[in-house]
Amino acid sequence: MEIGLNHYLVLSTILFAIGLVGVMRRKNLLLLFFATEILLNAVNVAFAAISHYYGDLTGQMFAFFVIAIAASEVAVGLGLLIVWYKRHGSIDLDALTTMKG
Amino acid sequence: MEKYLYIALFAPLVGSLFSALFAATPKKLFTGIVGSLLIFTSFVASTMLLLYILKTGEPIHVTMMTWMETGDLYIPFGFVVDQISVTMMMVVTLVSTVVHVYAIGYMDHDKSFNRFFAWLSAFVFSMMILVMSDNYAGLFIGWEGVGLCSWGLIGFWYHKESATWAANEAFIMNRIADLGMLIGIFLVYWNTGTLQYDEAFAVMPGLDTATLTWMGIFLFIGAMGKSAQFPLHTWLADAMEGPTPVSALIHAATMVTAGVYLVVRSNELYSLIPNVGLFIASLGAFVAIFAASMALVNRDMKRIIAYSTLSQLGYMFAAAGLGAYWVALFHLMAHAFFKALLFLGAGNVMHAMHDELDPFKMGGLKKVMKWTWIMMTIASLALAGIFPFAGFFSKDTILEAAFAEHHFVIYGVLLFTAGLTAFYSFRLVALIFHGEERYKIFGIHPHEAYRFMLIAMSPLLILAMIAGIFKEPFFSMVEEILGAAEYHIHSHATALIMLVGTQIFVALAILYAYKKYANKKVMVPDGTSAIENSFIYKLLFNQYYIPYFYEEYIVKPYREISELFWTKVDMKIVDATVDGIAGIVYGTGEKTRQMQSGNLSTMLKWMVAGLVGLLSLAVVFGLAARYSDEILVFLSALGV
Repeated sequence: MEIGLNHYLVLSTILFAIGLVGVMRRKNLLLLFFATEILLNAVNVAFAAISHYYGDLTGQMFAFFVIAIAASEVAVGLGLLIVWYKRHGSIDLDALTTMKG
Repeated sequence: MEKYLYIALFAPLVGSLFSALFAATPKKLFTGIVGSLLIFTSFVASTMLLLYILKTGEPIHVTMMTWMETGDLYIPFGFVVDQISVTMMMVVTLVSTVVHVYAIGYMDHDKSFNRFFAWLSAFVFSMMILVMSDNYAGLFIGWEGVGLCSWGLIGFWYHKESATWAANEAFIMNRIADLGMLIGIFLVYWNTGTLQYDEAFAVMPGLDTATLTWMGIFLFIGAMGKSAQFPLHTWLADAMEGPTPVSALIHAATMVTAGVYLVVRSNELYSLIPNVGLFIASLGAFVAIFAASMALVNRDMKRIIAYSTLSQLGYMFAAAGLGAYWVALFHLMAHAFFKALLFLGAGNVMHAMHDELDPFKMGGLKKVMKWTWIMMTIASLALAGIFPFAGFFSKDTILEAAFAEHHFVIYGVLLFTAGLTAFYSFRLVALIFHGEERYKIFGIHPHEAYRFMLIAMSPLLILAMIAGIFKEPFFSMVEEILGAAEYHIHSHATALIMLVGTQIFVALAILYAYKKYANKKVMVPDGTSAIENSFIYKLLFNQYYIPYFYEEYIVKPYREISELFWTKVDMKIVDATVDGIAGIVYGTGEKTRQMQSGNLSTMLKWMVAGLVGLLSLAVVFGLAARYSDEILVFLSALGV
């Protein structure tokens, strides 16, 4: 069986759904980062696949940008996470409610 | 000459602004002095203009700048100094100079001294705009300006309830009349296409009489308000709540004459509509006798003089209505001098008597206040029209004009009023200055006013005595512009009999007043004597119950309607709607703020919900756009 665009898009959708559920359900801040990474990479798969399908490199370039931004986001996020852990001794999301309106 | 025109116009404004700088600070003598000097400057400039006009006879016309220019409408800030306006300028600046200097003494102990001069000079400025403007729009600015300043000055002692009430009454009544005035101005614009006096008057003879009549009537309604003619007269007597110099300046010499000025200025319009003229004359004659009758029994010194002002304004309108515009203007001038003098004299008496206004509680003041007595007596003689004082020349000419025009009813009314005028004027003089010293039981020690106040009043005294000699020069000056005619009774014998007869009649009235009120038997009325309980006395004392009528049948129903609208319409409908909208927004906020729990996990869930919501919308609209044709067919099949 030929692996075509649809297969990649289905994979991307499944990954995105998994990431979304992770974002909604996870209570651990570290695992939340994992979930967002899954989300971003689900999109990257779609970009790369569509780019290959149309023979246009723009999509793949965009995927690179996303990877770069995701890396910086994780770097900053993890830095903040470590500071937070040192202060409070916990990275449980339910304890992070200082923004309560 | 333009230079003098601008100096005359703007010097009072500078004085006003200068005093206004210190309005909130304690008394500073120099605001009064600077104000007076600037008004005097304006007076000198006006004199220069008068001399120029007398020499050349050419009006000075300047256009300072454009005010409005849209389409066909062009209204400049233009000023004209001709024979009419220069007369008014002289009267206004002269009387104001005297009043300013006098007020330095009169307001000596008042803590709002500076504010007083700011208002007073602002008033003079407005009045100058009113008389100098070369179009109806500029006149209207001045018209409203004097209304505003009069409000500020009547209510000058705003801590007094009665003063603020009187100020508001004057203001509101003038606004009612100003509506008529505005309609008049609009009519002039619609029918002539311009508001410039000369251009508008040039077009008017070509218009039909009905239009002109409406114009004349509506402009006159404005004049009725400002000049306090019946039925808009009640504010003038109540305006006596203001400081006395204000009464002298505004409510005797200048502002109230603005209505007469308007009619004189629009003489070319009123000459075209003699019917309206006759109405004005009749109303004038009616107001003359109506106001004089109220003055007969009043027990408030300033109100008596105010009614006399009203009565004299009636004379002016009678003259103007009969087409004797120059006589009206001349009486306006002469009246300004002696009436201002009378008021300032009354101010001296008030000061001496510690603000007591009831002349029955005075008496015998001539011993302590010799100069005030002399001044007020001469002013009253002039007011009564005794030869050779100012009033004789002006008032007698009005009578002659009425007689020569064959309006014998008006003549008769005015003649009878002349007798009443003499009677109430000298009733006042007799009660204040002659007879028993009734003030002693009240523990008052009267004193004469400051010397400089008396000196300040002296120009008015002299003019009240000699203003008659200006009659001929004045006539020749305004002859051309006002189309003036000398009034001659055909037979010399008739003229002489009328003249002497009037004099004797007036003299008898004076003697009767002295006889009745200058003796030792005069008592402070206590409401028990027969005359005080007579119907006529009560009617006159209560001003024909007109203020009562206004209060009961206009003010009170209006207040009730307002109350109704406030509680029902405003509170229940308008406010409820606005509050409801605010309540919805507030309630929504109250409910939705619980979303903002601060829990990242919850917020992420909301974010996902939002994302799903937007995505589904995008899908729905996308499908709808894609299959729009099929949907339309389906909908039309359903009959939508």
